[in-house]
Amino acid sequence: MTLTDERRLTQLQWLESEAIHIIREVAAEFERPVLLFSGGKDSVVMLHLATKAFWPAPVPFPVLHVDTGHNFPEVMAFRDATVERLGIRLEVASVQDYIDDGRLRERSDGTRNQLQTQPLLDAITGHKFDAVFGGGRRDEEKARAKERVFSLRDEFGQWDPRNQRPELWNLYNGRHSPGEHVRVFPLSNWTELDVWQYIGAEGIALPELYYAHQREVFERDGMLIAVSDVSQPHEGETVEKRQVRYRTVGDASCTGAVESDAVTVEDVIVEVAATRLTERGATRADDRASEAAMEDRKKEGYF
Amino acid sequence: MRTLLRLATAGSVDDGKSTLVGRLLYDSKSVLADQFDAVERVSRDRGLATADLALLTDGLRSEREQGITIDVAYRYFATAERSFILADCPGHVQYTRNTVTGASTADVVVLLVDVRHGIQEQTRRHLAVASLLRVPHVIVVVNKIDLVDFDEATYDRVSDEVLASARSLGLYDVATIPVSALDGDNVVTRSERTPWYDGPSLLAYLEQLSPVGDPHSEPLRFPVQLVIRPQSAASEEFRDYRGYAGQVASGLVRVGDPVTVQPSGRTSTVVGIDFAGQERPEAFAPQSVTLRLADDIDISRGDLIVTSRSVPPVTQDIDGTIAWLADGSLVPGTKVLLKHGTRTVQAMVKAIGGKLDLDDARLLPAESLGLNDIGHVTLRLAKPIPAEEYLHARGTGAFLLIDAQDGATLAAGMVGDALLDTKAEVEAVGAATVPA
Repeated sequence: MTLTDERRLTQLQWLESEAIHIIREVAAEFERPVLLFSGGKDSVVMLHLATKAFWPAPVPFPVLHVDTGHNFPEVMAFRDATVERLGIRLEVASVQDYIDDGRLRERSDGTRNQLQTQPLLDAITGHKFDAVFGGGRRDEEKARAKERVFSLRDEFGQWDPRNQRPELWNLYNGRHSPGEHVRVFPLSNWTELDVWQYIGAEGIALPELYYAHQREVFERDGMLIAVSDVSQPHEGETVEKRQVRYRTVGDASCTGAVESDAVTVEDVIVEVAATRLTERGATRADDRASEAAMEDRKKEGYF
Repeated sequence: MRTLLRLATAGSVDDGKSTLVGRLLYDSKSVLADQFDAVERVSRDRGLATADLALLTDGLRSEREQGITIDVAYRYFATAERSFILADCPGHVQYTRNTVTGASTADVVVLLVDVRHGIQEQTRRHLAVASLLRVPHVIVVVNKIDLVDFDEATYDRVSDEVLASARSLGLYDVATIPVSALDGDNVVTRSERTPWYDGPSLLAYLEQLSPVGDPHSEPLRFPVQLVIRPQSAASEEFRDYRGYAGQVASGLVRVGDPVTVQPSGRTSTVVGIDFAGQERPEAFAPQSVTLRLADDIDISRGDLIVTSRSVPPVTQDIDGTIAWLADGSLVPGTKVLLKHGTRTVQAMVKAIGGKLDLDDARLLPAESLGLNDIGHVTLRLAKPIPAEEYLHARGTGAFLLIDAQDGATLAAGMVGDALLDTKAEVEAVGAATVPA
């Protein structure tokens, strides 16, 4: 990005600078950080910021993917190509493994976003990760709107929203006791539109499904779900080929596509600026379960 | 080019903060359809005739149950002129620490006052917080003006009362606006129901406010976050690379500038400013960059690189003003950790210089500080730090006090007598001569 004449940062430059400061603070103050990386756009942007933060040194921590087993194949390919290109270590916590050996039971609706919490917490404990970067943004959801940039989790991984540490200026306090860890959200102050504008400005590559393409989908609960191994239409749900793209990427069995003609990043920016629905409201069945669905999951240790 | 303005709401409980924020978001068309549907649905379930806009920001279960705000909710909205990051802060005294959190990064505090009740203790506390943190602008929203039939005299009385209280706490750049957050009067557009008010609406005012003063007129301050030394992990050309990564806290740095490293006092010259593979001729606050220096001197995390033209003195003795944010109390002899910039040192409380009495903005003698008290302390540090008066250096005059045992954040600290000096100044000049 270019600098402005009058030595004031644009909004994107300001957000980028803040995020890099946060990422460097974590690298300097924690023993074993890890970055949650799913191949979704927010985690891709976060990893991109990490590469800028430490240049010309490599990113000094591994990435962790909590794998639901309900994946879009192109996202998995993108994930593997990215870690390969950057030469960073990928750890995977697999929900499927937990289901196979009985530690977790498949839910009656078959969706797995909720099942990610236990493998995530076990991976944090097992690897002794003390700081976990998440791509969560405060504009996504009203419980996330309340969370600090440095968010302390107790030894059970729980978030206590009623008793968060004061977070003053840019003096982040990462102190924690053994067994506790800190979730860190460098993109806290970014909106969906900021993320897309940054992707455009930096020329960041994303999995193709973020752009409009033809896909076989069926309508369920007001959302367009792709036909795949993990999501087959029920009786009465008709399959159609439609021009769609994804605004978020999660468990393929409950992440909805949106109808879209946006084939380039510029098109997507125009589309996002004009949208009348929030990202999660449009694409995540699990967040619509109740008024406090996200808060309840977060308290238990979810992302 | 769209710039960013950070604002924080403040005010006593039930003054209508969350409703105002909801109104601001809704009327500026920043609420999306599914968010509004959810608010309407919940409002209907509760038997309300219209949508309760406060539900847009009160995002925690316990907040919605109690109808209060417990912690800061961050909201994002934009107009053609500007993007805003809004911190909707709680009003209850027990959650003051969350209001301090929201205000610490704000360019402007929007303080609500219920026109029927006028100034409350929390109003004064929040004015004190705004003054203490040197928030550049304060806007007082005199709310619920519909409940006094848009009466000008009532508004004037409350407005004068707030301005006087603000002045006693050292706040001069304060505007007041008559508002009905519930109905939207003077929030986004000027209201016809307050013909006697000739100022801008709240949103128009926020769009016009000049952002924080020119940071580049201040001397360079660059806290070193970490040393970047890739060694064998990098390609051949960067094997010997050694750079100091950080975010410019204030001022401007150019290649060729002479710099001094505090607390060691060693000097060198900037030979390179790097940002992710680009070489830059200069960097300014608040850019995150990496500096390279001419000499291979000992620099590590916690050091402060400053311009050699203005070098802050280092000291182990700090006189500071703090907002105590923890449940326990602070007494002389307490050992804590002090975080200043990127450096954390041990500290001991030598003395408590007094506690701010919110009723008349005076410093009263005190033997301890308790939750939400604002007071003056003297600290002795185990290692010297380059301390500067917060009054002149918002970037490098701030510190945290941290519990060495459990890591809790205990206090927001400011080097010097930020609040209290101003009060003395006001008394010296005489309040009447101070411009409103």
